[in-house]
Amino acid sequence: MTNPNPVSGSPDKEPATEAQEARSEARATPVAPAGDPERPVPATAPKQPPAGEPRPSLGRLFLENLWAANTVTVTVLAVLLALLVGAVLIIVSDPEVLATYSYITARPSDALNSSWTVVSEAYANLFKGAIFDPQATGFTAALSPISETLTYAAPLVFTGLSVALAFRGGLFNIGSQGQATIGVILSALVGFALPLPPGVHLLVALIAGAAGGALWGFIPGILKARTGAHEVINTIMLNYVAVYFLSWIIVQSGVQNPNRSDAISKPVESSAQLPRLLGDNLRVHAGILLAVLVTWFVAWLLNRSTLGFEFRAVGENPDAARTAGISVAKTYVLVMAISGLLAGLGGSQMVLGSTANALTPLVIAQIGFDGILVALLGRVKPWGVLLAALLFGALQAGGNRMQSYSGISLELVTVLQALIVIFIAAPAMVKAIFQLRAARAARLQTSLAKGW
Amino acid sequence: MSTTAVPEVAVTTVDEGFWTRARKTGAVLLALGVLATVLFGALATGQQARFTLSETEGGAALEINGTVGAILFGVIAAVAGAALLAGVPKRWFTLVLGVGLVGFVLSFLCWQVSAAPDGRNFMPLVNIVRGTFILALPLIFGALAGVLCERSGVVNVAIEGQLLMGAFSGALFGSISGSVWVGLVAAAIGGALISLLLAVFAIRYLVDQVVMGIVLNLLAVGVTGFLYERLMQTDATKYNSAPRFSNWEIPLLKDIPLIGPALFRGNIFLYLGLLLVLVIHIALFRTRWGLRTRSVGEHPTAADTLGVKVLRLRYRNVIMAGLVAGVGGASYTLALYSFTKNMIGGKGFIALAALIFGRWSPTGALLAALFFGFADQLATYLGAIGSSIPSQFLAMLPYLATILAVAGLVGRVRAPAADGKPYIKG
Repeated sequence: MTNPNPVSGSPDKEPATEAQEARSEARATPVAPAGDPERPVPATAPKQPPAGEPRPSLGRLFLENLWAANTVTVTVLAVLLALLVGAVLIIVSDPEVLATYSYITARPSDALNSSWTVVSEAYANLFKGAIFDPQATGFTAALSPISETLTYAAPLVFTGLSVALAFRGGLFNIGSQGQATIGVILSALVGFALPLPPGVHLLVALIAGAAGGALWGFIPGILKARTGAHEVINTIMLNYVAVYFLSWIIVQSGVQNPNRSDAISKPVESSAQLPRLLGDNLRVHAGILLAVLVTWFVAWLLNRSTLGFEFRAVGENPDAARTAGISVAKTYVLVMAISGLLAGLGGSQMVLGSTANALTPLVIAQIGFDGILVALLGRVKPWGVLLAALLFGALQAGGNRMQSYSGISLELVTVLQALIVIFIAAPAMVKAIFQLRAARAARLQTSLAKGW
Repeated sequence: MSTTAVPEVAVTTVDEGFWTRARKTGAVLLALGVLATVLFGALATGQQARFTLSETEGGAALEINGTVGAILFGVIAAVAGAALLAGVPKRWFTLVLGVGLVGFVLSFLCWQVSAAPDGRNFMPLVNIVRGTFILALPLIFGALAGVLCERSGVVNVAIEGQLLMGAFSGALFGSISGSVWVGLVAAAIGGALISLLLAVFAIRYLVDQVVMGIVLNLLAVGVTGFLYERLMQTDATKYNSAPRFSNWEIPLLKDIPLIGPALFRGNIFLYLGLLLVLVIHIALFRTRWGLRTRSVGEHPTAADTLGVKVLRLRYRNVIMAGLVAGVGGASYTLALYSFTKNMIGGKGFIALAALIFGRWSPTGALLAALFFGFADQLATYLGAIGSSIPSQFLAMLPYLATILAVAGLVGRVRAPAADGKPYIKG
């Protein structure tokens, strides 16, 4: 695959790669002397490796790890595979290109050239729309792709964290979509109905969105805790209830925009909107900063706090957690409520940010469902989710340009995203396709949910 | 799915003391009955509520005064609830509950029909029954696909994707070939493709099956949406104008009042769906294949010890499930509508709920699917007679019913023991 590949060239991937390598090397070094605790280690040369096994150089270790089935390599290869399948889809759905394949034995160059042209142009536009357009002139134009990427990534961080947190607590929250929907409704209502001073207004609107999401997450949580009803079914059903509720509330008097006959609410006042970061011409807004902050908080919550420890304990093994005195039922309720809260915050971005400022039936787009993919791609770890959301935001932003410049439907982005996660979910397959070696410390289990 | 996966948290489901499950159900039913008697009775008008046995206003009809009907049926529901509360023999539980719920629904209908504007206060039962079956069809096929998969121990959340892919490939290849039969076969294969992916990833690569199902649904939405925009939107006559199956009338049976016109003048999918329920029910509980399937779903290690090829059977069943769901998808594009983006619109998830509601049995799934179909049809009907209840809330009905059912049936439904657990030989 020699197509321009916008994703593996993404700047936010490279530092992660190096950090990963550095960590695995650091872990590898002390293993050699500690390998055999029974044997007395000569005091004079405690760090000397056993004779006959020369210690591999750093560069060699790096190369070995590069082609091993570690998280970063598998992710990059999964993206490559997805782009490859996407290229095939582009070719078979283009009747003109397909026509050249009817005489491929006579003139193979025609088929190859036309395929190459259509695919490379599409992916070039994907890259230009997501990262950087070399032809762009001026400050705004040059920063525009990054701004778009960050704008699309911000809500996905929240929904991704929502799903990831639930996963860590042993629950599969498919209801981020519905929780975000309730969040967006409450945020918008506060945004246009309450007369509040700037700053406070934004804060109250965000809190309202978070509370709405938390309520919508609390319902399946309490049902699971009290009756054992499976959260997957209940969250799916609540998604639909939320959608219908949204379509009902938009057309109520007092909510619907009086100047419009179609289903659209009044616009959110500017005092409740997230400030834009790079001037009015670029859409990136403070939501992405909030996203980073919340990522840090969720990482702290999961890895450093007592509550997070209980979440993880229940997620790993509810029976053991109960034996240890943790209330499993209470934990399920809390996990779902916090998970919903995060999704609700993500939803509030959709009216308080720059993508829209009024409720419409499709205001929430697909951020909840995309959040599931983002969480899986981010290996259900908070910072991983942030990186995954950036990748998905980039695909979305680039997909818009690809659609308008190359005429390739935006749906291709959905296909790419789903394919990436499928390949990620089955690292064994990626490993087999590329003949990767087993990684030293491969932790590639993405899913933590336990069947039905 | 369910419910029994977390028995440890089911803190209030212990049937002990006075408040048994039957008594709690009875209390809820009693409250509903009283609500119906008072509220529906007060809101209903003195107009006759007509339930006609035809497609129009005319013909034979059951008539009752709106207020009288609402109160009468409300009282029936309340009495049934009181009976459960007082305690009835266990074997009568389902019957009494059924009578009570039907009473509640009838009370509601008496109110709605009698309160409808003049000239529209009748309910054509033939249309309601037919609509129920038409709306239930994709659910029946989807739930059967779920039965085949989950009885052999593979969770199938990808029903939505299988239906969608079936609908798409049915429309595409039906249009290209101009033949309904080619379309039908293509639809089945389309559904099976999604199934195959599920099987390979779940069985070969041991990916979590719920996660895989959700991702496959998104993949199906993306692929069909992409190809729809690229092919069908640019050249609809060539790629999205599939021929449709005509209705087949079955002699004699079609003349049965009410049921005849509603059921025996339908298209091939209706007959096929009902036939499949019967076939799969018999196959599952009366044949060697069925016994093996169930044993693989309950205890794969034991089945393996006895020489059943666990993985091969699972592969086969999952792919069969895809074929069934694919045909279900075609019941849209080869009989009713042309393909549109994401046209299944969540029916696959309702089918999943029907599967659980129906306790993983084909006949149970049929009944559950009909219940959901009825709720859907009722929403449409009430919208048409200008009901005072907003249509969006009516549209929520099936989903709320599912939540109540899943929460209320806990402890009474049990998934196959090995459902969702990959089998690793060794």
